[in-house]
Amino acid sequence: MNLLNAILVGFKEIWAHKFRSVLTMLGIILGVSSLIGMSALVKGMENGMREALVAIGGVERVRVQESDIPPNQQHRADQATGLTMNDVYALQKNASLTRVIQPEMRFRNLILSRGPKTSNPWNFLGTWPSALEMNEHRIAHGRMFNEVDDELARPVCVIGTQVRDDLFGSPEELGYEYNPVGDQVTIQNQVFTIIGMFEHYESEQDRKAREAERLAAAQAGSITNAAAGPSRNRGWAGRGRGGGSWVFRMKNNTVYIPLNTMWLRFRASSGANNTPDNRLTGMSIKVASADVLDPAIEQAHKALLRTHNGIEDFSFETQENWSENIAAAIKNARMSGGIIAAISLIVGGIGIMNIMLASITERIREIGIRKAIGATSLDVFIQILVESVVIAIIGGLAGLLTSFALVNLLGVIMASDNTPEITFTACVIAFSFSVCVGVVAGLIPAFKAARLDPIQALRYE
Amino acid sequence: MALIELRNISKVYHLGGEEIRALDNVSLDIESGEFISIIGPSGSGKSTLMHILGCLDSPTHGTLKLDGLEIQNASATRLARLRNEKIGFVFQFFNLLPKLNVLQNVELPMIYSGISSKERRERAMQALTLVGLEKRCKHRPMQISGGQQQRVAIARALVNNPRIIFADEPTGNLDSNTGEAILELFRKLSGEGRTIVLVTHDPEIAARTPRKIEIRDGKVAATLTPEFIGQRSSVTT
Repeated sequence: MNLLNAILVGFKEIWAHKFRSVLTMLGIILGVSSLIGMSALVKGMENGMREALVAIGGVERVRVQESDIPPNQQHRADQATGLTMNDVYALQKNASLTRVIQPEMRFRNLILSRGPKTSNPWNFLGTWPSALEMNEHRIAHGRMFNEVDDELARPVCVIGTQVRDDLFGSPEELGYEYNPVGDQVTIQNQVFTIIGMFEHYESEQDRKAREAERLAAAQAGSITNAAAGPSRNRGWAGRGRGGGSWVFRMKNNTVYIPLNTMWLRFRASSGANNTPDNRLTGMSIKVASADVLDPAIEQAHKALLRTHNGIEDFSFETQENWSENIAAAIKNARMSGGIIAAISLIVGGIGIMNIMLASITERIREIGIRKAIGATSLDVFIQILVESVVIAIIGGLAGLLTSFALVNLLGVIMASDNTPEITFTACVIAFSFSVCVGVVAGLIPAFKAARLDPIQALRYE
Repeated sequence: MALIELRNISKVYHLGGEEIRALDNVSLDIESGEFISIIGPSGSGKSTLMHILGCLDSPTHGTLKLDGLEIQNASATRLARLRNEKIGFVFQFFNLLPKLNVLQNVELPMIYSGISSKERRERAMQALTLVGLEKRCKHRPMQISGGQQQRVAIARALVNNPRIIFADEPTGNLDSNTGEAILELFRKLSGEGRTIVLVTHDPEIAARTPRKIEIRDGKVAATLTPEFIGQRSSVTT
């Protein structure tokens, strides 16, 4: 008996017992769809995490910051220079694997004010225009300051949406999106012009939550917040504008001014500051690609040691940990979800085995007849095994279809979460696993059937 | 050379420590083209003999040659192949597969010998024509009469062109008229030169075959020709 015939007989057998076969397949269908659904959820989670990693500059980004001088160099501590613009120029010249350099001069606790409203941004940086690329910022209105603004130390700033919300009111309060470009704000008694505003950054999850909220509000017939009672701050982890992942919240709470402006107006002994300080608070470099992270850091390290007279008063900080944490979290979620889904598939397999055992007991006489007219034990073995595998394959295919429905359903039920994403690999793994389960579940019944003695089987009533 | 040569065949079963000799030192030749009946009361060992002759079972001792092949120690797979190619079976209870139609039932042996579906169909239809059931080829076994079912079973036994056909009480489940028709069919097939072995407990039926082998307590009690049967029956009456 060739395989095609065996498959045909398998289909006929399944067709002859439609209800029983569907029930049997149900186990496999649920197993496959839960396996795929689980992996889609994890994939959605992973997408959300990677989104955040990209938002803070990706793995290619390395921060250079000042650090304590090692003990064996303590005697030269008075010669330590700290991070200066010399380092930036040295890196530009000598570190070929470094693609972007962004010097930073940070000033803590600066307050922006406009009339009675104030904002205390998380990031108040004097920097280069390269900060745009370094920190994955995108301009929504106006422009980023350029080299000329920096050269002339113009009093201009680019702000994030959170700062705009603080000073001018959020779209939720105003009912429209306020564009602050051209407005003036006061920073430590100095007047600055807002020349640009970044996009509003939020995770996919927050965006969907906000849309769902808006939809709910629209359905309730009111544009104002759907929450009942007097208006209140709903807390740090609350929903709405500014809620959600801290990465995006910090990113929205940013003010950039040109480096020279920062230096002249806030750091030199003129202006608002009385102790001149020409040091950078830090800098970020972006290496050519994540693969050359180690050699690039090595290169930058050498270049910086020279400008620092061999004194190691700086250190590098990468985002590898962040990315490794993502990988670890994903692995854990995948493992636990995968094991649970695999168990349900195995239960489906046990269902198949059960039905196949019942089916061969029912068909002992048939097997006897087939053997009497020339079926070998192998023929019988293959026939039963193929039947079991055919059930598993049909169940697996139906499971694939069901999983698409299931994932869509999950997307609707949990509209504000990360969108689950079905991957091709997950489909392949789930399907091949279901086929394996079919094979394993068919082995024992097939073996039992093949071993039947034709004389005994023919006499069986 | 005989088609089947049995030499000193024994079949021993062990039932709870007790040794049962179902066949005891049986030697037998069956020539090609013969029409034979094996007769004996139940428990005489005639079924065991038929199982060994039909390659369903292997003997404990002795040698068995079928069509010139030594098969007493053949593996289960080899026996299955021999059953498929050289032997056709007709059973008392027809043993057709109820889920398949008549044509598919007749095609079944050829499925296991790997014949193409087109040729299977043609040969199955030929065999059905031979037993006069070509018009019933789309019916299920349950939709036709017992006699017709048995004829389908005969067509199935014939379809692979076997060297020998074994019929185990082929009329046992049929009324006498239908049984008569089946016996007539066997006689016709015998006339076409086929080798047929009929296993029965009914002396009436055994009397219709040219040669009769009587089994009693696992031994060949007598090998008789019809003339001799006639003599003996005349003695007893």
